[in-house]
This record gives sequence, C-alpha cells and structure tokens, in this order.
Amino acid sequence: MINKNQWEAVIGLEIHVQLSTNSKLFSGASTNFGASPNTQACNIDLAMPGVLPVLNEEVLRMAIKLGIALNAEINSPTSFARKNYFYPDSPKGYQISQMDKPIVENGHLDIELEDGSTKRIGVTRAHLEEDAGKSLHEDFEGQSGIDLNRAGTPLIEIVSEPEISSPEEAVSYLKSIHSIIRYLNISDGNMAEGSMRCDANVSVRKVGETELGTRTETKNVNSFRFVEKAIHYEINRQINEIESGNTIAQETRLYDSQKNTTRPMRSKEFANDYRYFPEPDLLPVILDEEFINSVKETMPELPNEKKIRLMEVYKLSEYDSSLLAADKDLANFFEEVTKESNSPKLSANWIMGEFLAELNKENLSIVESKVSAKQLGVLIRRIEDSTISGKIAKEVFEKMWASSKDTDDIISEQGLQQVTDLSEIEKMVEEVINKNPDQLEKYLSGKDRLFGFFVGQVMKASQGKANPKQVNDILKSKLEK
Amino acid sequence: MELHELTLKQQLDGLRESSFSSVELTQEYLKRIKSKDPSINSFITVTEELALKQANEADDRYSKGKALTLDGIPIAHKDIFCTEDVLTTCGSKMLSNFKAPYSSTVVSKLFDQGVVMLGKTNMDEFAMGSSNETSFFGEVKNPWDLNYVPGGSSGGSAACVAARLASAATATDTGGSIRQPAALCGLTGIKPTYGRVSRYGMIAFASSLDQGGVLARTAEDAALLLSDMSGHDPKDSTSLNIEVPDYPKEINNDISGLKIGLPKEFFEQEMPDYVRKSTEEAIEVYKDLGATIEEISFPNIDLSLPVYYVLAPAECSANLSRYDGVRYGFRCEEPKSLEDLYMRTRSEGFGSEVKRRILIGTYALSAGYYDAYYLKAQKCRRLIANDFTEAFKSVDMILSPTTPGTSFKTGEKKNDPIDMYLQDIFTIPANLAGLPGISFPCGSYNGLPLGLQLVGNSLEEGKLLSAAHHFQKVTNWHKESPEL
Repeated sequence: MINKNQWEAVIGLEIHVQLSTNSKLFSGASTNFGASPNTQACNIDLAMPGVLPVLNEEVLRMAIKLGIALNAEINSPTSFARKNYFYPDSPKGYQISQMDKPIVENGHLDIELEDGSTKRIGVTRAHLEEDAGKSLHEDFEGQSGIDLNRAGTPLIEIVSEPEISSPEEAVSYLKSIHSIIRYLNISDGNMAEGSMRCDANVSVRKVGETELGTRTETKNVNSFRFVEKAIHYEINRQINEIESGNTIAQETRLYDSQKNTTRPMRSKEFANDYRYFPEPDLLPVILDEEFINSVKETMPELPNEKKIRLMEVYKLSEYDSSLLAADKDLANFFEEVTKESNSPKLSANWIMGEFLAELNKENLSIVESKVSAKQLGVLIRRIEDSTISGKIAKEVFEKMWASSKDTDDIISEQGLQQVTDLSEIEKMVEEVINKNPDQLEKYLSGKDRLFGFFVGQVMKASQGKANPKQVNDILKSKLEK
Repeated sequence: MELHELTLKQQLDGLRESSFSSVELTQEYLKRIKSKDPSINSFITVTEELALKQANEADDRYSKGKALTLDGIPIAHKDIFCTEDVLTTCGSKMLSNFKAPYSSTVVSKLFDQGVVMLGKTNMDEFAMGSSNETSFFGEVKNPWDLNYVPGGSSGGSAACVAARLASAATATDTGGSIRQPAALCGLTGIKPTYGRVSRYGMIAFASSLDQGGVLARTAEDAALLLSDMSGHDPKDSTSLNIEVPDYPKEINNDISGLKIGLPKEFFEQEMPDYVRKSTEEAIEVYKDLGATIEEISFPNIDLSLPVYYVLAPAECSANLSRYDGVRYGFRCEEPKSLEDLYMRTRSEGFGSEVKRRILIGTYALSAGYYDAYYLKAQKCRRLIANDFTEAFKSVDMILSPTTPGTSFKTGEKKNDPIDMYLQDIFTIPANLAGLPGISFPCGSYNGLPLGLQLVGNSLEEGKLLSAAHHFQKVTNWHKESPEL
C-alpha cells in the first residue's frame, strides 16, 4: 500500500518563449508562422559558408522587460555561446545560446495558490537563444523533410528554481509567466503553435529529506492542462517505481497527451556533450544604464499591479480582480466596458458570466469577440438606467452577438424598453388581480408566498418589460388595500 | 616591358593614361594562366568570361571618364571568399560542387571599385596548412622552383602573383596564411588588424583569428587594394567601425625616427644562419633609413604555438559542423540513416589535416577538458597580447624573420605536423593579439626568397605599409621574379 502523503515532489520548469520580433535573432528573415517550408530562411538561417550572425537589438529590449518584470538582475556585459550538436534542423551544427552571462539572472515571481495565499518561486535565469527548424517525418517515405523557417527565431528560456511543489503550483507559475509575457507584449504565448513550450524537471523524495531525488525532464508539454497532467503522472510514476524497489533513471521523457503517460526519449547519460564555448562571431553586449532605463520607461502595467488597481479604483473583490488581471486582453476589455457602463461590479459580472460563456462556446479569443467593449458597456448602462431589465439584457446580448447591431438599436427595434409608466403598470396589476380572484383570496388569508405569483403574472403580461421594482411596489400597495 | 611585368600601380597609371586597355591586360593574364598554370596549379577556377566582361565595362568607364579607383585591374581571389554563382570550394571536396549564392563583402567591395576577377585560387583545405599540400584540388608549386611549396594556406594566391598570373590576390591569414606564403614566394603580404576587413562571406576557419588581406608585388600595390577592401561592415559584428585611412598616401610618410623592436626570444629560436644574416642586413637598411633599433622582450612566445593549436581547432570544430551533407556541398552516396549520412559525408568529404584539427578542437572543448585546454589557452592568449602591449610602450613596430627558413620541398614536412606547424612560429602571435603584420622580401637563399616581418600596433597598417614601402625604395628584392 502506497502512502502518497509520505512523499513530496520537487519541480522546476524550463519555459521557452518565442519572442514576437518581426525578424529573426541573428538574421533579417521574417518570423511569421505558417509560411510554406523554407521560404523564410535566408543564407544566414541556412548556415551557408561564410555567413555571420548579427544580433537583433529588439530582442535585448524584450529580454530586459522580462527581467524587470521578474524582479531580476540584468547582466552587462551579456554574452553568447555556441552549443554544439548535430541535428538536421540545426543547420550550423551548433545553436547560438547563452551560457555564462545570460541576459537575465536571479529573479523571482509570486504565484497565487488555490487557498488564496502566495508563494515566491525563484527564477534562476532567462537566456536568449535561437530556435531550431523542424523535421517533418510523416510526409516523406523513408526520408525526413526539413523546414528551416523557424530556424533562428528568437527564444528566451526562463529557468525556475526547483521550488515548485505540485502540479497545481506548476500551472499557476506557468500561467503567471504566460500572463507577464502577454502584458509585456513580447510574445503571443500561444502554446498550441509552440510560441510557448514547457519542459518540466520532476523528482520526488520522502517528506523531511533534504537531498534531492533523481530528476527526469519531461519535454514539450503544449498546454496548461497537459503540464498539470504530465507532472501528475510523472510524480506518481516515480513514487510507484521507488516504492516497488526500482530506481529513477535521469532521463528525458516525452509526454503523450493521448495516453496521458510519459515515456523515455533519450538517456542523459548518453546525451550530447554540448561543448559550450564563447561565440567568437558576436562581441559581448554591453547594456548600459541609459539603455536599461530607456527600456524601463516603456514598461507597461504588470498583472499584479493591474489587479491592485482594479481593487482600488473599481472596488472589485480580490477574486474578481485577480481573474480579470490574469489576462491582459480581458482586463483591458473590462476597463473599456466600464468606461461606458460606469458600473464596475455589474460589468465584471457580465464579462465573467455571459460574455466569457459565449466566447468559450465559440472558442473565440477576446479580440475576436462579436460584441465590442463599447456595445457591452452600453448594454450594462441600459440596465443601470432601468431602460431594460437584467433578464431582457440577456436577450439583447444574444441578439447583439448574432447581429453585431448596437444595444440601443436592438432595444428600440424590438420594443424591449422597460415599461416605467406608473399608470400602465397599475392597469396591468389591476387586470391580473381581477383575473385571479382565487389566488387573491388565498393571499389575503395569509398565503404570502403567492405575492411572487402576482409579480410573475404582471411581468408575463408586460412581456418582461415592466420595471420589476415598480411592479413590486404597486402590487404591494394594491394587495394591501 | 610586358604588361604582366608591371606592378599594379604601374598598370593603374597605364590604364588611366590609356597606354593599354583593361581587356588587353586581362587577356594577357588569361593567356599566361593557360600556358603557365598547369605546372603551378594556383587556380581552382578561372572565370575568363566574367573577367573579360568586367574588363570591357572598365574600359567603357575609362573612355567615359568615369573610372573607379581600381578600375580594370585583374586580380585573383582566394577560394575562401564567396563569389555569387561562381564555384567557391575552400580547397575542399566538401565544397567541390558549391556555387555560392552570394558574394563576400571583400569581393563585392572590390567589384564596386572596378576590380576584374580572373578566378579563384587554390588553397590548403579550409585554410588549414602551411604548404598548400592539403588542397583537394592538388598541391600548388612554388614558381621559384616547382619542387618547392609556395607556403600556405594562401598558396594559390601567392603562387599566381609570384608567377605574374595576376596583378595581385586577396588572401586570408589565421596564423600566418598571408605572410608565410608571401615570404616563401617573394611577395608583399599584409594581414590587417582583426576587424579591419569584413569577414562576411569569408569561409570561417577560426573566427576569432581569421582576417582577410592582400598578397601583392609591392607595399604600394598592397596599400591600393587594402584601402578598398577595408572598412566597417554591418554584416560582421566583429568588424571595426573606424574610418579607413588613405593607405596609398600614408605609405609616403616619413619613417625617420621610427623605433623598431627586436624581440630577443624570437632570435633565440632555432634558425639557419642565412635567415639571421638577411634579417641583420634588413636591420641595417632600416638604420640607414633613420630608424632606431631596440631589443625588447617577448617572454611568452613559447606559448603561441600551443595556444593557437588549441583555440584555432576548437573554433574550427564548431565552424565546420555545418558541412553535414544536408543542405549543400558534398553528400555521400546512398546514406542509410542520418548517422550514416553524417559519418560518411564528413569522413569522405574532409581531408586528413582538417579531420585532425576537428578532433583536436572537439577534444579541447569536451566536458572535463575545457578548463585545462580551452580556458587555459584563452588566458595564455591574453598573456601574449600583454607582451605586445608592453612592447608597444617603447617601440613602434616589431621586426623578425617571417619564417624560420626559405621554402621546403613538396612532401618534406607533409607527414610531420609539428615541423609544419613551426612554420608559423613568428606569425601566429600577431593573430592571437589581433594585430596587423606585414611580410616583404628581404633576401634569398639558393634561389628561394626570404621574408621580413613587421608587426604593428592595432590599426597601424599605414605605418607598416610605409615602413615596407621605404624599404622597397632602397632595395631590389621585391623586384625579382621567378623564371618560368
């Protein structure tokens, strides 16, 4: 019988983030995703004899932004190194990366845990490197195709300290990094397209032990959910292995999302000796204070700052603020809606309710929404100023989503304005009372719960357009007569 | 006097005065290449059609009064410089079928000044060698005696200029590959400061040491070419963004009062008496020209060779990884698997000297050896650079023989790599320190030329060219030519 409580997991993540520059790390070729094979690989990307790398300066700014967001040190000079290995999608036979002087070092990130508390995770380093091309094994019988479009695309690899203790924490850390890179606008963070990739280093040990167990590295897990599942699987596998008297091999494993298992890819013992040495084609880069300050000036608001501002300025709850702030686009959408609606709480509810539900149903991102922030803001204002009821608003929202028409046009076209004319409501109330003498008698004899029945009948008679508060008031005064 | 006997400068004057046309000049060289080169083997590719086209265009510009600075001068390019749509082999089977898709900065810059390309010259494979015996395209012979080597790795460039098959030639120098063949073929060769000439399109051997330069008949000719080759290139991150002086003008600067240092450790090296004698005679010439001579110390010269033979192979082991048979160049027949493709392509495509250096370099960078070899060598490299810094506090330039002797017979050192590596004992320190060095003829022994080397401080190519030019104004060694 295995007692899982005796064990603890030690997890570190290596996250590769593709930086969203227009051109590659060391060449002028385009970095657009999805072009036909080898059309975005220039002489430099193809490693033609005699070519030399020239650093794309935009990448430095992006890396420094990330360093600032991770509360890290920026190394100056920062230098590049060659990492040697043979593989057809690595055209030079070495990758230009960073070894001794990564651009970002010694940072940290506070993540939120499920119980609402926060935990600080150390970020060892973040270094720049070039991406490899892709080997295509399926399309060519007995051969492999090579697409070098991706070769040379800038990556920043963010390496955490082994301070993560559960799959849930790992996801929270990963989501925080994702959120930050999106706020900084340095990557689209699209895990499905591979612009953000995660390798998880996992080991287990008995609670109370101080030495680390042997770790495995699980590669290229391409969604938040898979990261959680893969780590979960790997922890259980390792515990089971050790409990059954086996040892853990230090190896690289591959996550199979269909079977939800990990399997060995290659053993580290036989792995390449990468023979790192300083890249002689690139001089160490000096990042002076002036340059770093010029980048600091372009820093946008970060997720945590946004969250605090949402709480302070809009008086939202910590929970709502945190949910909204996690996604830059969502938080911006909220602020735009609120600008129009003047009602932060109702706007937050609507966004996290109807709005997100509709997006999820159609699998759209916020920027692809069929209802604009302004339209939604007006809709919420119409609830606030009693033009329509909350119930009618849902109907209007659905119509807006389907037609892209503006709120007020739909309300007036369909005659959905709330009836606020007292005499008209009075008339309807009297009619309902007169039509239901039995219920009236029972109510008067003490069945208070029938009040709701009368409200419902009046609302029905008004096709939902009567102002519910007015209906309530008038009913009360009429029934008590 | 026949056209090929004129120096580049005299040819340029002739073209400007319309004494002859570039087409005539080019045709004369093409004719000589056809008749003389079969026994010398200095060219891998002769670009006759292109040369005549360029010569015609140059003549056209002359007739319109729109001539460029080196318009119509026919030269040869070392086959290490990429030339668009022209075979660029680097002396290797690996690139024996490779037509470059672009031109190197050096070649483009010279094209832009109207220079005519006669062809691409033979060289040691990937510039690794001191005798031009490692070329896949066969040995190059020394025009002074066909039984002897021309030096290397720029052996083809040196042999073709010495044989008067081209007005001058481009070359590269990683440990002496311009200066040693200059010495062995009786030419003037300059390796500029690291970063002075763009390395873009120059096929890399050891990136932190490689530097392009010139092999020419005289310092004056070298100055003309170097002016147009040099300068900042945004495509080469290690190229210096510093203005290029007017070398042809600087060579006339007065050299009286020049302080020349003689590193005593250089002269303690083993060398034949005739080397010592002609070096001493050269020193006397400089004294007569008003220079002062001072003995200096260069304590770390013994480190030069070992340091070089760790660093250069280390860098080359990575630089040559791209030759894998996947995208261009030689590929083995019928590869059975990826590993088989790599193994056989590289085993069959590289020659033995290249393999030796890839192995040494891979070893020096391996886990567990990196600190003892690569890192240690980097530290020693700094010591050698410091020796120069110290020396240049008291002298303007450093004088020594270029090589420990005249040329040697083909095959003589082929199987003794250490003896071969000693060829570069005097030239390597300048590469390690990134400093400019020049070699020019200062004597001869048994009908074979000898060279004198001057190494200058950073960016002082002008001073070196001027010192060589003044020497050539009062001596005749550079005027001698081999009988063919």
